[in-house]
Amino acid sequence: MITPPELRYTKDHEWVRVQDGIGTVGITDYAQDQLGDVVYVDLPSPGKQLTQLAVFGEIESVKAVSELYSPVSGEVIESNQALADKPELVNESPYGEGWLMKVRLTDEGEVDRLLTADQYSDYIKREEG
Amino acid sequence: MTATRPRRGQASSPHPYIPNTDDDRRAMLDVIGAATADDLFADIPSDLRIEGLDLPPALSEQELVREMAALATSNQVPGDGMACFLGAGAYRHFIPSVVGHVIGRSEFYTAYTPYQPEISQGTLQTMFELQSMTCELMAMDVANAGMYDGASALAEACLMACNITGRERIALLDSVHPSYAAVVRTYARGRGLAVDTVSNAGLSQEHACLPVGTACLAVQHPNFFGHLEDVWAHESAAHAAGALLIAVADPISLGLLAPPGEYGADIAVAEGQGLGSPVSFGGPFLGLFACRQQYLRQMPGRIVGRTTDMDGRTGYVLTLQTREQHIRRERATSNICTSQQLVGLAAAVYLAAVGRHGLRQIAEACYHKSHYAAQRIAALPGYSLAFQTPFFKEFTVRCPKPPKQLLSRLLEQGIIGGLDVSDRVENGMLVCVTEVNTRQEIDRLVEALAEAR
Repeated sequence: MITPPELRYTKDHEWVRVQDGIGTVGITDYAQDQLGDVVYVDLPSPGKQLTQLAVFGEIESVKAVSELYSPVSGEVIESNQALADKPELVNESPYGEGWLMKVRLTDEGEVDRLLTADQYSDYIKREEG
Repeated sequence: MTATRPRRGQASSPHPYIPNTDDDRRAMLDVIGAATADDLFADIPSDLRIEGLDLPPALSEQELVREMAALATSNQVPGDGMACFLGAGAYRHFIPSVVGHVIGRSEFYTAYTPYQPEISQGTLQTMFELQSMTCELMAMDVANAGMYDGASALAEACLMACNITGRERIALLDSVHPSYAAVVRTYARGRGLAVDTVSNAGLSQEHACLPVGTACLAVQHPNFFGHLEDVWAHESAAHAAGALLIAVADPISLGLLAPPGEYGADIAVAEGQGLGSPVSFGGPFLGLFACRQQYLRQMPGRIVGRTTDMDGRTGYVLTLQTREQHIRRERATSNICTSQQLVGLAAAVYLAAVGRHGLRQIAEACYHKSHYAAQRIAALPGYSLAFQTPFFKEFTVRCPKPPKQLLSRLLEQGIIGGLDVSDRVENGMLVCVTEVNTRQEIDRLVEALAEAR
């Protein structure tokens, strides 16, 4: 599983990349692999206020529908429109074209409470048992 | 607990209705290690157990058939000498004999969605056809394979509207069927949702609006009293408040009236019993449920999809199952795991048999016969129509005395009159006339009402 070192992670398998106060959010390679083929993603509209670790949307695969949890608090400024027609981008490129949304962070300090790549890798190893 | 008693003096002969013998039972008890069948119920406190039922000896099959036939003759069957004008949500419409022939086939004769659905391609195809016809009838984009009945379909639609809008108030027009409103309240209570009743008079006032935070406005058209609603005004009221419009339709009426999709409904539901199923001791019923494409993923119930297999052949599958209870548990779109499959099949066969033009003819016959009846009743001294608005196949009559008294007089003459709605309309009687009511029956009703006055 790929776990880029520069990102921060949640135990619910989302990642965030913060640049100039804007966080780009997606699900991890491990998450997309566990879900299987993604067929639909329900994402919030711009302007929506998010709270760290609260539900912001849903992701549906051929196997299951799962909630998406926001790694950070803030305001949604963009959701990935390309996923409406090509939800498979989440499987093909979870850290690239398969990103879910961009958020203007209210508190960058929150990011420190997320897992580092090493911590997340350990976490999924333990999950796997 | 009296288990199977051997018949008089014939201890070892088999019981006529119970397949296992005394020897079979002895063998089973020996395996378990119990002395008697009564030992199996030892855990039930003795004061809760019945010590022997005082039943007459079992009848032979011939005696039993005679007994049941005698009981059946005390039924009063509409159409069979009885003229019936009772509707209010359960309707008598003619059932083409092809309906019984198709649904009685052993491949179809079950109420359940198959547990291994994809192996039952024939069943899935009939569900798909029903969905397609429901969409066409309602002018909506997507439909599910059916709900328990019209009332639970409405309740599910209200929950769905709350999920879509993120709001927690449900508005019902006061002319929605009272039983439907009761079911909505029951569903809403568990979820902590508020149910408001709004009146036509209230909505038509200038600057009138729905309560703040209303998720949906539910309108029955034709309404409980048989009359048409100003659905276009209700559409504006709902959408101006950011709420969804839910329409409760009578599918037979859609042979004549504009379908819900045409007047802006977001979700449309209906009671499907009138499509090929009899009025039989209060059921069975069938909920039809359709909505706009954009709400597909919030739609409750089972949905059959058509696809192609790896060889390119047409096949049918249960689709969007990831949102159902067996996978999604408490986050499921609803807890409907089954459908009224057999009643749904009857509706699909019925619609296919009567076709577009047939449905229009049936609706026209209902319209003309009910209007003939209404005109004649309203001309009787003391009787009048309670509402002046247009109606389809039911209308509310204001009677010169309490309907209860009139109805018992009618029954003496072999006429099941309308429904007593005097709790809603003073001396009101809700009368239903469909294509199965003959002119002679209608004339008998009018004469009987004139005499009973």
